[in-house]
Amino acid sequence: MDALDLARWQFAITTVYHFLFVPITIGLSAMVAGFHTWYLRRHAPELLRLAKFFGKLFTINFALGLVTGIVQEFQFGMNWSDYSKFVGDIFGAPLAFEALLAFFLESTFLGLWIFGWGRLPEKIHAACMWVVHIGTVLSAYFILAANSFMQHPVGYKYNPQTGRAELTDFVAVLTNKVQLVTFPHVVAAAYMCGGAMVMGVGLWSMRRHRHDKHMYRKAARVGAVVTILAGLAVSISGDAQGKVMTEVQPMKMAAAEALYTTRDSCAEFSLFTIGSLNGEHEKYAITVPCVLSFLATGSFDGKVEGVNELKRELPGQISRAAAARGEPARYVQPADAVFTPNIPLAYWSFRLMIGIGMLAAAIGVAVLWLTRKGRADAPRWLVVAGVAAPLLPVLGNSFGWIFTETGRQPWLVYGVMTTSSGVSPTVTAASVITSMVVYTILYAVLAVVEIKLMLDYTRRGADPYHPTEQVAEDKPLAFSY
Amino acid sequence: MSLETFWFILIGLLWAGYLVLEGFDFGVGMLLAVIGRGRTSEETNARRRLMLTTIGPFWDGNEVWLITAGGAMFAAFPAWYSTMFSGFYLAMLLLLVALILRNMGLDYRYKRDSDRWRAGWDIAIIGGSLLPPLLVGVALTNLIHGVPVDRSGNFTGNFLTLLNPMSLLGGVTLVAVSLVHGAFFLALKTSGPVRDDARAVARRFAPVAALLAIALLVWVNVHTGTVWSWLVAGLGLVAFIGALVADRAGRDGLAFTGTFATIGATVACYFLAAYPDVMPSTTNAAYSLTVHNAASSHLTLQIMTGAAVVFTPVMLLYTAWSYWIFRKRVNAEHIAPQTDPLAEVKVG
Repeated sequence: MDALDLARWQFAITTVYHFLFVPITIGLSAMVAGFHTWYLRRHAPELLRLAKFFGKLFTINFALGLVTGIVQEFQFGMNWSDYSKFVGDIFGAPLAFEALLAFFLESTFLGLWIFGWGRLPEKIHAACMWVVHIGTVLSAYFILAANSFMQHPVGYKYNPQTGRAELTDFVAVLTNKVQLVTFPHVVAAAYMCGGAMVMGVGLWSMRRHRHDKHMYRKAARVGAVVTILAGLAVSISGDAQGKVMTEVQPMKMAAAEALYTTRDSCAEFSLFTIGSLNGEHEKYAITVPCVLSFLATGSFDGKVEGVNELKRELPGQISRAAAARGEPARYVQPADAVFTPNIPLAYWSFRLMIGIGMLAAAIGVAVLWLTRKGRADAPRWLVVAGVAAPLLPVLGNSFGWIFTETGRQPWLVYGVMTTSSGVSPTVTAASVITSMVVYTILYAVLAVVEIKLMLDYTRRGADPYHPTEQVAEDKPLAFSY
Repeated sequence: MSLETFWFILIGLLWAGYLVLEGFDFGVGMLLAVIGRGRTSEETNARRRLMLTTIGPFWDGNEVWLITAGGAMFAAFPAWYSTMFSGFYLAMLLLLVALILRNMGLDYRYKRDSDRWRAGWDIAIIGGSLLPPLLVGVALTNLIHGVPVDRSGNFTGNFLTLLNPMSLLGGVTLVAVSLVHGAFFLALKTSGPVRDDARAVARRFAPVAALLAIALLVWVNVHTGTVWSWLVAGLGLVAFIGALVADRAGRDGLAFTGTFATIGATVACYFLAAYPDVMPSTTNAAYSLTVHNAASSHLTLQIMTGAAVVFTPVMLLYTAWSYWIFRKRVNAEHIAPQTDPLAEVKVG
């Protein structure tokens, strides 16, 4: 593998890994803040116990989200320096905003929440976790705005003198139509992760900690409601996103469906395929008529373009558009052979994203039904589902990112810069492979440690109820190392 | 003043903020190996818990200064960001690994009651507190020293290129000054034996740190100094002497402020000495990256300026508030007895 392939693999590995923790951080911070605030209103001891219990799981998870995020920020400069030079003008600003507006909030207020028991007035203390949550959502907004620029570049102009893209309209970058559908989709998916974590841990703990089963039943039900509502929001925003995607990146939709020939109306949605997806052999597929047309265009008899037509038309279209913008050919002429993304990867990641997400919501429905009217004895199969529940939306998120990022290939910035022209020109393959090996080993070890800790803390259960007292001068701190 | 210059100053302030703030928690981290030692493993653990509790609420926020400095370089000077981080590749990798392990250590150390578990994370914290100031010191000094940059603005050296004597001195000096800075912070935030030891360490290390700092600042200024950079370097050294005098008088707060000012002045001296270069080329001075040829477009700088002017004061306010909330000294009585965080809980 050359430096380019290695850099791509490294980006994929570090990003997917980072994004296992991010959605849990976003979703769980809201759940913890919710329990803490609810306690202040109701003074029910179990609510404070749940806030502290899930707060512990939150901090274990937050630590890894943070450290893997630092790698992401510097990776652009390290492995993708030509890309960073070309779009730094537009792409750097959201990153700097993210640090200044979001990261300081998250880190400072999480420190206040962890160490603030007894030091802060109760309401302000609970508000600290809400501020952490706001920080995580702001952070998502800025990073998704930067990503949306790569999916659908707007608000810039190519400057032939400096040879790079320059910002012309920052509001356009922040309100990119791709961003407006992506942000709600990703945040809703993150709430699903937070909800499913609380639901799964609650379900499992109902069986493990019999004396506290009513408390964990409450957690499981609250988690289930959040998972279901967030799941609805995910599908509504995902549907909107599909239409925007078809408009700005028709090839991605065609690849998602492995649709080789254009359908003029009533394109069928493929649920499942056995056999080759290369368009040459007959495939055995279960399909639903007209649904793809609806997903892509909003009408059951809309036209959906296929890979073969797009392969013929798109290079010319993109070249003409780039020439009209005055951009150089080096950024607009990928070889035809690589003009399509990896179709089986797009097809399967798209299906797995949707299927796994729906499964999580279905578990939510089952939980609500089986724990209705005070029932706190979940059947064994549901507990097994509870163990799987936190993993499902997280995996759905991963497949969503794999789909959206690989479906954009061979473009780094869609229609403007190819992935191969963005890599660092003077970084050797040896350097990249060194860092990749180091990250992979380090991340693998940390994953084992984190999962072990999560399980141990879950197994142990929530602490007994201790209402918070304000710390007097010489009393021990409520929290110390 | 042009916007490019304004952002050059702002990035200087971000690096200064990073090193003065994380500087003390790096110092405390390194001192676990020195002050955090008792006659028994219980005493060692008790000392380390106390030391870590002083930086507990702050270190994470301090680290964001680095992330913000990096983000601001990306946004305001993309060519600088790209060349520096792709050029300093292996040094950056080491820095990231050190920070990852250190953060995980600080977050996970107390999550299990086991000597082996703690011993492992303590190595991560100590090593992860020593390496970053060393690497950042080397990297920033290379920006003054100059590195091989070609016509298209790419770094053409390798890892060994970065290890020139001046830059190595920069790294070692930052480690030494951070150590003294951390010791003053501990003296300010604790009482009892840990405070006594912190003051003793500060006194013992201060002459070494002072000699290194004098050598470094003279070298930097002889290399590329201006009147202003000489002046600021002088102020930094005066602050260092002031810190030692204040410490003798038992004025912990003043002593800490002194090393705070020394580190800040050193970064200021660097940026004053470098201006208008951000990455001088040793290949050909004409290829140097400067605040002018490495900067973003005017519009980007304007938008970023607006955001910085509005949000930096807000950020400084709540940061200051959190330092105020946790302003009290901690001592051994404040640390609850070690309990097993994973012990079975008894309810009802």
